[in-house]
Parts: sequence; structure tokens; C-alpha cells
Amino acid sequence: MRSSARLGYALISPAVLLLTAVALIPIAAALYLSFQKRLPIFQIVRFVGLENYRFLAIDPRFWNSLGNTLYFTLLAVTLELALGLGVALLLDRAFPGRGWIRAIVLLPWAIPTVVSSRIWEWLYNVEFGLFNSLLTEGGVTHGPINWLGDPFWAMHAAILIDVWKSAPFVTILLTAALQTIPRELYLAARVDGAGRWGIFYHIVLPALRPVILVVLLFRTLDAFRVFDAIYVLTGGGPGNTTETLSIYTYKVLFQTLQFGYGATLAVAMFFCVVAISLIYFGLLGRERRGA
Amino acid sequence: MTTGRLLRQIGFSLLLLATALFFFGPVLWEGITSITPDAEMVAVRLFPRNPTLEHYQSIFVGQPFFRIILNSLVVASMTTLFSLAIGGLAAFALARLHFKGKRILLGGALAVSMFPPVAIISPLYLIVRALGLRDTGWALIVTHTTFSLPLSLWILTRFFEEIPVELYWAAQIDGCTPLQAFTRIILPLAAPGLAAVAILVFLFSWGEFLFALTFTTTEASRTIPVGIALFPGLHEIPYGDIAAASIVVTLPVILLVLLFQRRIIAGLTAGAVKG
Repeated sequence: MRSSARLGYALISPAVLLLTAVALIPIAAALYLSFQKRLPIFQIVRFVGLENYRFLAIDPRFWNSLGNTLYFTLLAVTLELALGLGVALLLDRAFPGRGWIRAIVLLPWAIPTVVSSRIWEWLYNVEFGLFNSLLTEGGVTHGPINWLGDPFWAMHAAILIDVWKSAPFVTILLTAALQTIPRELYLAARVDGAGRWGIFYHIVLPALRPVILVVLLFRTLDAFRVFDAIYVLTGGGPGNTTETLSIYTYKVLFQTLQFGYGATLAVAMFFCVVAISLIYFGLLGRERRGA
Repeated sequence: MTTGRLLRQIGFSLLLLATALFFFGPVLWEGITSITPDAEMVAVRLFPRNPTLEHYQSIFVGQPFFRIILNSLVVASMTTLFSLAIGGLAAFALARLHFKGKRILLGGALAVSMFPPVAIISPLYLIVRALGLRDTGWALIVTHTTFSLPLSLWILTRFFEEIPVELYWAAQIDGCTPLQAFTRIILPLAAPGLAAVAILVFLFSWGEFLFALTFTTTEASRTIPVGIALFPGLHEIPYGDIAAASIVVTLPVILLVLLFQRRIIAGLTAGAVKG
């Protein structure tokens, strides 16, 4: 068995090497950079201890972007779960053309986010966009709405793109989970006099719960690092109202070239992600013990 | 059919229609825009009076769009190849060999898949610059391979575990070494799983934006997402051209989804439901 172990370590070594060199060491390096004042253009590299963190604590733009990110994540993930579950239930019964509908639902998930954002940007266009013409012609609004220039609408425009792209992911995973529910259970419940909602609450929802938690974990962490859609749509504007943590960190790093403070923001973000994961793992652990 | 049932049937069909419209409508509209001449874009019409291919012409003529597509193809294919090879070997070890530390690797990979790429972009940028890898495909292939490894590791381990262990033992009794048993017995049987992972990794690399944006500086080295995000517009935003470019890069995705729908779903489900 010792040769088996040696072979095992040999086979995993490329993967371990890559994950260590390209993911783990950079995280450690980011932590190290976060204690520095580092401005490459001025050739400044200086150890400043906790100064960056002290600045972070009173940096209104950091708190603003954290708030934006949390709002984005909370609303997007909630809507994705609701819509994704709804579509999964819709597709759970057999009907002609189900394969086509499933392919259509899968498509937004597969399209690169940058491309989706361009597609939606055109729909949101103030003068020539489809949304404004439909709304104006239909008499719903009197003038065009500045979807991407208005603080309220811009954030929700970005959220809608995320929902469009990621509700399909929820649907796929929940569809698979729905198929594991034995059909006899539905029949038995109906015989016992349960209505649609009764079946949903007492049979479907409990069966889906563990998968829903996993889906929520993936979606929350993914939404929390949102970058692509906002970069394309608004770049964080108007007036930083859609600036998320990823966008702010990226700007600090590559527009103002403050590598030290940028790393501090990155580390802060990393710890947020750790915190979110711990909460979900706690919930998942409780779910498993309860089962 | 009773009235109640008929109504429910109609409601169901309407819901299906709304679903299809929501998920496909935006793509369809982009397609219509891509064949609408600039002059007609001022008035929204469901279909252009004089459909044109001028936007498709203009993105390929005088712009490095073809080059950008080629870059993406190279990066995504190489990433897929490396991710399958490196992830496959490790997944085989995790599924069938006995050694300590398996949970650390799987857990570590899961952690890597969870943390935000922007958190490590600054050290990676400094490394890439120091090694002179900026504007090369390698910077992207290496980072994309690394960040797709968690996916390949988890899904392939899962698929390899599902192949009966008796087959693996039988091959060894017949004189195969563990590696031979892997390549001759397990790999062919796991082909559907490999296909699923290949598609997921390809799509990930095809759409990855942050690394591609950070590690490229010249137009000729861009990948599709960067090219589309930084689409050049001299005076006004060329909506028609952007639409044409979006459609061109979306068509292969549509094809992949139509051809491999089941594989994609199987891969995603295997990766996530394990928990």
C-alpha cells in the first residue's frame, strides 16, 4: 500500500502545486502587501503596519461599497432562488417541447457575463432601448427612464442581469433535486387530502432544503464578488451608487495604483467571504445532523 | 376537459411563454439589432425594414475581432486540456488510491473556488509582470486552469467513484498497474463525465473577465470578454457592431448548450449536490 500512497501523492502534486502557487501564495502575499504603502509609479514600498486597516475603518467609500455589495447580494440571491425554484417547478412536469425550454433557460447561464451585460445595456438604453419605447408607447411612463444613470434604477438594472444569468443555475440544481422525490409521495399526499400548497410545504420544500442551502452558498459567494456586469454597465456609477467591493478594490489597485491599500480591501473582502461561508457551513452542518 | 382544467392548461402555457420570453427575449432582441441598419435604430421596430449584414462586416474588417476570437479559442482550449489532465490525475488518486490528506486537498480546492478573484489579483499581477507574462496567453491559461481545478477535481472525483471499484480491481488482477487500470478501464467509462467537465471548464474560460482584463494591455492579446467590454467606439457607441459581435460570440455558446444540454446539467449537478 505504500507504493499506492506514493503514486497518489505524485498524481495530485500538479494540482497541489498550481493551487498553492496561483491561489494560496497570492492570498498570503495580499495579506503581506496590505501592511505596506506601495505605489509602484513612485517607487514607494514602505511597511506601515496597520495604517491601511485604520484607514479602511474610516473610509466611507469602503463602507458604501460594502453596503452596495450586501444589498446586491441579498436582493439578487433572493430573487434568483424564487425565480429559479418557480421555473424548476414549472419544468418538473412532462410536456411537449420541455427540452427546448430547458435549453432556453440554460442559455443565459452559459453566455459570458460581459456579453449579457452588453445585451441588457442595449435594452436599458435611454433613447433607443426597447424598455423605454415599450413603456412610453404603452403609456406607462411619460418620459424615458434613465435606467443606468439613475442611482435607484442602476443598482436594480445590474441585479436584474444577475438574476437573468443565475436563476438558471438554481433551476438546474433544483430540477435535479425535484426528480429525486418519489412520485408516490405526491399521490399519497393527495389521497390524504393535501392541496397544492400543502404538498409544496410538507413534501417538496423539506426534500429540497439541503440542496437549497448548497445553492444559496454558491450563489451568495458568487454574487458577493460581482464585477463583470457592473464594470460594463456603470463602472460603479452614478456617483459610486453601484460601486461594489470588487469594483472599488479594482479601481484602487489599477486606476489609482495603490497596491498596499488595494490589498487591504482585498483582505477585508476575503474575510467577508470566510464569514459568509462559516455561516452557511454551520447551517449545513445543522441540517445534516437534523436529517 | 372541464373549464377549470382548461384554464389551468392555458395558465401553464402562458407561464411557459413568459419564461421563454424572459430568458431568450434579450438575446433575440440583440440578434434583431445586429441586422438593423444604423439609420433605422432611432425608431424601435420589431423587425428592421432593410435588414443588413453591415455590422457583421464592420467587426471583422479593420478590427482585430478575428484575432480576439482566436485568442479566446486558444486560451479556453488549452485551459480545458490542462484542467482535465491535471484534475483527472488528481481525481483518480482521490477516488481510488489510499493516502492521507485527501480531505485537505478537496477542502482546499473548495475554498479556492469560493474566494473572490479580486482578492488575489494584485500579487498575481505583480508576479505576471515580473515574469514578463503580460499580454501572453500563458498568464491566462495558468490562472484559468488553477481556478477551474476545483470544478474538475470535485466533479471528476465524483464520476470516478461511481465506476464500480470491482472493475478497477479486476484490471489489476489481469496485470494492469494502477495507472494502466485508470487509462484503460476508468477513463473510457468516465467519458461522459470528462465531456461534462470539459464543457464547463471551456465555458468558464471563454467568459472569464477579471484576469483577462488585468493581464492584457494590447488590443491584439485580448480575449472575447475584454474585447466586448472595451469595444472601441470613436465618436458614439456603435450599438449595431456591439450587437453583431455579441451574437457572433454567443452562437458557439448556443450550439454547445443545444448539443450538450444533458452533459452540462449532469456536470453542474454532480459538482454541487455532493455538498
